[in-house]
Amino acid sequence: MSEPGTFFHLHEEDPVEAYENFKLGMWIFLATEVLLFGGLFAAYFIFKFIWPTVFEDGSSHLNKFMGGLNTLVLIFSSFSMAMAVDAAQRGQQKKLVRNLAITLFFALCFIVVKGFEWGPKLSHGITPGSDVFFSVYYMTTGLHLLHVLVGMSFIGLLLARALKGRYHEENFGGVEIGGLYWHLVDIIWIFLFPLLYLI
Amino acid sequence: MSTQSDTHYLEAKGFYNWFFSVDHKRIGLMYLAAILFFFVLAGMAAMLVRLELLAPGEQFIDRHGYNVAFTLHGAMMVFLFIVPGIPATLGNFCLPLMIGAKDVAFPRLNLLSFWIYVLGAAIVVMSLIGPPGEAWLDTGWTLYTPYSVESSSGVIPVTLGVFILGFSSILTGLNFAVTIHKMRAPGMTWHRLPLFVWALYSASLIQILATPVVGITLLLLIMERSFGIGFFTASLGGDPILFENFFWFYSHPVVYIMILPAMGVVAEILPVFAKKPIFGYRAIAYSSLAIALVSFFVWGHHLFVSGMSNWSRWVFSLLTFAVAIPTAIKVFNWISTLYKGSIQLDSPMLYACAFIFLFTIAGLTGLPLATLATDVHLHDTYFVVAHFHYTMQGGTVIGLLAGLHFWFPKIFGKMYNEKRARVGFWMLFVGFNATFMPQFILGYMGMPRRYFDYLDQFADLHFMSSIGGFVNGLAYLFILGNLIHGIIKGTAAEKNPHGSLSLEWTVPSPPPLTNFDEIPEVHDWTYGYGNEQHA
Repeated sequence: MSEPGTFFHLHEEDPVEAYENFKLGMWIFLATEVLLFGGLFAAYFIFKFIWPTVFEDGSSHLNKFMGGLNTLVLIFSSFSMAMAVDAAQRGQQKKLVRNLAITLFFALCFIVVKGFEWGPKLSHGITPGSDVFFSVYYMTTGLHLLHVLVGMSFIGLLLARALKGRYHEENFGGVEIGGLYWHLVDIIWIFLFPLLYLI
Repeated sequence: MSTQSDTHYLEAKGFYNWFFSVDHKRIGLMYLAAILFFFVLAGMAAMLVRLELLAPGEQFIDRHGYNVAFTLHGAMMVFLFIVPGIPATLGNFCLPLMIGAKDVAFPRLNLLSFWIYVLGAAIVVMSLIGPPGEAWLDTGWTLYTPYSVESSSGVIPVTLGVFILGFSSILTGLNFAVTIHKMRAPGMTWHRLPLFVWALYSASLIQILATPVVGITLLLLIMERSFGIGFFTASLGGDPILFENFFWFYSHPVVYIMILPAMGVVAEILPVFAKKPIFGYRAIAYSSLAIALVSFFVWGHHLFVSGMSNWSRWVFSLLTFAVAIPTAIKVFNWISTLYKGSIQLDSPMLYACAFIFLFTIAGLTGLPLATLATDVHLHDTYFVVAHFHYTMQGGTVIGLLAGLHFWFPKIFGKMYNEKRARVGFWMLFVGFNATFMPQFILGYMGMPRRYFDYLDQFADLHFMSSIGGFVNGLAYLFILGNLIHGIIKGTAAEKNPHGSLSLEWTVPSPPPLTNFDEIPEVHDWTYGYGNEQHA
């Protein structure tokens, strides 16, 4: 039915070339992510400069313990993700699967904690439309949460493939690229946490 | 597999082999059909605008209809036609051929960006379904807050559609940047790259870095309307001017996404038809990058009268003047390429020369707008409208037509009627200038843009502009008709009818599905004209 060169029937490609292309492509994609959040960070600084007391007051309503807990959770997940990449490069199947599963678990923890943070706030009537601080708060953490969800599907896909033994010393690009994305999700939170919760 | 090099890319039949094809040439052609469709649609909206403005007072459509018409014209022209514009069509088709590659770096992603484009375009167009009075967008293409937060028209579907189109643009830029970095044939060094590729590279960088910012801006606008967040709402502590800053942080660089590829097309055409090597290759190549870089720091000139500190005004004015330098370097080098050349005025060359002429007017009329004192007078008048139509239409559209006529034999393997192509060109050239020259004067006299009605003293110039506009519209129909006639009935084209030295002309017309049987090895730059032993 189809000839080579359609979506489901690609030309053969050189795996090394494809790996290098994908890696560069992912780095460029990460740059677009930084710019995407860059707009929100710019808005944060502008509004904090104009309304310092609104931001102080808003920040005092945030639960520092839960925010800190989530920061730790993400840092550990970044660590297990790095271990997964290392395992893939060395062809250690069990270690790869284990570390991907741990990363996925931590990501789930992050979402659960987030739910415990947002839920009471919303039920107390602190909504995105309360004031400009909470507009910034819900927008940044919400967009970040969306990225956690995308990262989780990415890692889930990697896990499913790792269980089939798809990754080994000669083919670890997918895990590496997934790792790059996950580290970015982590780094964005590392900036969000002090800006929103601590200062 | 062995028959592959014998079959050319146009031969595939059926929906599946096109709509699921990852071949860069087919994707480029599908983009071309799509963007020209929206070009005609948005052009009709412009005709409606000019029809209404034929004489003072209400003529054919009411005030609200007028707002809708110019909004549709602007939004569709910008987001559906001119941003994908040259890169997605000619860029997709030519880039792999020019650098000696079989395809772009990510063929599937390329197709995905086309599908995303179709989805985004469909959502934008779907917002037009419904009674014109209520659902049709009337905010102007710039979607300025606070009106876009309050307007009852279809802001959300259009914004969502444009947000989705942004992904398409980002993915195309990403794909091209990786392709240019990684897929060049052996010997195709950076300083041997055709200048069109340099231009595409610079435009890709802007697509990658600027588009996410408009993405977040549009997302915020949607959230503002649906969840009542307060980024742009003054009563919650937000700032409507912030929207303008965010919007132009993207929408000014995007002007260079539109114009840089057109400049690249011109740099390809001039040496071929002047039979001379391009003058100042490196200056042209690096000025593209310089324009891309500076373009990120000039957005403030759209806000000179919106509320901005004096310091910012001075800095943005100065930086805006700085853009004129790399642009003038390009114009200087193009004209020097023509100097003492053996010039042949075929239709692609006519368009290329018109580009230089019209774009110079566009650039020079930008300077009074960058000057603080004169901008206070000229801001939001027809002077601005004329200025950016000289860049967008006189620049990008003329550049697209130059490229379409130039690469037509390669893309379709056929020739259009050259005589009619020249007639079409002159119709367009006269019609275009007749439309927008009077608008410079109107603006200078104080006619504000986007007004439904005007004073009697503006009537003559508006009438001239409308007549010019109709000639302009007819010219496009004539030109497109000639090209379509060429596709159906044209005579078969040779491999290299213009005598170009670039790699895309070394393969048959139309090119085989896999471009090159063997990846070529490159020993020289592509501009050794007048020294034809290289060919």
